[in-house]
Amino acid sequence: MPEEVAPLLEVRELRKHYPIRRGPFRRVVGHVRAVDDVSFQVRDGEILSLVGESGCGKTTTAKCVLRAVDPTSGEVLFRLPDGRVVDVARLPEPELRPLRSQMQLVFQDPFGSLNPRMNLLDIIGEPLLVHGVKDRRKRMERVAELLHLVGLRPEYMHRYPHAFSGGQRQRVVIARALALEPRLVIADEAVSALDVSVQAQILNLLLDLQRRLNLSYLFVAHDLSIVKHISHRVAVMYVGKIVELAPTEELFHRPKHPYTSALMQAVPVPDPDKRSALKGLPGEVANPADPPKGCYFHPRCPFATDVCRAETPALREVAPGHRVACHRAEELTLPGIDDLERVA
Amino acid sequence: MVYVTQPTPTAPSPAPPPEAARPQGARERGRGGPPVLSVRGLKTHFRLDEGVVRAVDGVSFDLYPGEVLGIVGESGCGKSITMKSILRLLQPPGRIVAGEIRYRRPEPQGEARRRYRPFEADLAKLPAQGRRMRQVRGGDIALIPQEPMASFSPLHTIGDQIVEAIRLHEPMPARRAREIAVEKLREVGMPSPEQRLSAYSWQLSGGLRQRAIIAMALACNPSVLIADEPTTAIDVTTQAQVLELIKRLQAEHGSSILFITHDLGVIAQMADHVVVMYLGKVMEQGPVRDIFHRPRHPYTRALLRSIPSVHSEPRVALPTIAGSIPHPLHRPSGCAFHPRCPDFMPGRCDVRTPALHSPDGGAPVACFLHHDVAEEVGHDA
Repeated sequence: MPEEVAPLLEVRELRKHYPIRRGPFRRVVGHVRAVDDVSFQVRDGEILSLVGESGCGKTTTAKCVLRAVDPTSGEVLFRLPDGRVVDVARLPEPELRPLRSQMQLVFQDPFGSLNPRMNLLDIIGEPLLVHGVKDRRKRMERVAELLHLVGLRPEYMHRYPHAFSGGQRQRVVIARALALEPRLVIADEAVSALDVSVQAQILNLLLDLQRRLNLSYLFVAHDLSIVKHISHRVAVMYVGKIVELAPTEELFHRPKHPYTSALMQAVPVPDPDKRSALKGLPGEVANPADPPKGCYFHPRCPFATDVCRAETPALREVAPGHRVACHRAEELTLPGIDDLERVA
Repeated sequence: MVYVTQPTPTAPSPAPPPEAARPQGARERGRGGPPVLSVRGLKTHFRLDEGVVRAVDGVSFDLYPGEVLGIVGESGCGKSITMKSILRLLQPPGRIVAGEIRYRRPEPQGEARRRYRPFEADLAKLPAQGRRMRQVRGGDIALIPQEPMASFSPLHTIGDQIVEAIRLHEPMPARRAREIAVEKLREVGMPSPEQRLSAYSWQLSGGLRQRAIIAMALACNPSVLIADEPTTAIDVTTQAQVLELIKRLQAEHGSSILFITHDLGVIAQMADHVVVMYLGKVMEQGPVRDIFHRPRHPYTRALLRSIPSVHSEPRVALPTIAGSIPHPLHRPSGCAFHPRCPDFMPGRCDVRTPALHSPDGGAPVACFLHHDVAEEVGHDA
């Protein structure tokens, strides 16, 4: 058996706790466990989605991977082009810098993430300048190339963001992210702010670029139908933990965690003949500063037993490549997307 | 002179709007009586230095008693401005320049009938700050806003705010108003409602805050609820709860709901009848099944095709709509959708604007593929 190449990104037992301070002496009275023991891998050319509701820690995880915030503990192992593996979580700032070109971020809001006083040449050219392309002519050439790549006319490079629609701006954001030829693109809700008719264009563009440039994506999203469409594998997060991680088809057809299944049941299907009673979960997402004992999901789980209330389930493999953090994963048969067909 | 009609309880209700002006195909909907809300040729424009933005440009629809009417469209289509025009909440330079918003208070069934005071008016003609409009706003037509955090004052308790709303519309002792507030909070599934009266909005979670806002909207027993993207700001499992709640309340009270959203999934699950808007105009309207299964306007068709479904083939290119939504100041000539339309007919779609017309007595559609009726050429304000 040949020696296996390390995955492009491997996150191990990542934790990010924010202290809660109270009182006149700002004493630490507790911690918000935004990310609480998260492990996953992103392989070359793979699209891995992190999905979950607000406050589940998906964005914080992405920020830790980028080292936009310093993780409390855990490892973020990134494989460099020469095969060396470095721990992004521990790297000192000077060594981090060259690595920044390897992973790039596509933001959610194309209106907030572009400086209105800079034209496209400056916006897309800035990462090039920071990383040593001092020659303006060279930068212009590269920017023209990038604009072409994302489906915008190179002549636009002297225009300012206000002249562009939301979808076009998101193309600019993508062009900027690709300027340094990264290998990992982290897309944080990259299409959530766009109109439906434009969303499909940007999804197509992301998929097309992924194939052409053999990129890997860490795709952070809350919309299940988009996640289903774009990803190879999906990690479902709940209150700072991954509760289920599986190949996309497997996850959607045979969910093993009650939360995953509940998420699918809650999505309104765009078909008036399939008015399944939308099943919301009782209660609300647990507070990450004061999570319930045992499995964090147990107060909302229809299948909870005594063991769920007492012990935190570990993320374990129940089928090849299918990992679940549920005590009852084996005995439960949960409805997946095939069961959405029910007519009310 | 203000145009108000308020017949005495014994007088017969005034004639419905001229038959010709009513969208065809709507007649079979009127089983529960005449529409509570009839919008006719509504035009709301914003006069800016750069030009006139025609945010709502000739919109007509009817909302019948007990019906959920969905208004769906992307950003800039005018769905929220339509809502603001109805409630007369427009800020200058926004102004209703033409059209009629006829509100007809429906007669309640049973016990409440004795207290019924008939009322009918063209809301577009009432003074926005006048007594009648203030009565209608919140009393007859209530709003469930998108952002519950921004809709409650952080300085006053939930209870005080609901009580204030109730007493503004119906003078009564504070104690009685508090009872009603508790009752409404209980109705929307707020746990321990008595204690929540003294809570502040920021102490509640997103889902509970949305419930509190719905309780406040229901406080004066409005006959029309306008839900403006009520679940956009909340998570999907909570969204399902809130949608279920709105469905249940609608079934219990038989109120009419104008449901505004960009989410086709939510529309499919909630609406009886759908109005599809694009750049200030109605492109198509009809029963929800027709809109989803037999869409006639190329825009509706394209919109439905472009949403990824959990059942579609993964990682294949989705059908898209070419281009993007035009800038409101650079509105295309003729049919506003023609530059993006796959069925664009040069010399026709870019010259004349198709009227919202029903070619065969069915649901009306504004597209020359289906008829040849154009809008009359502009005499704009």
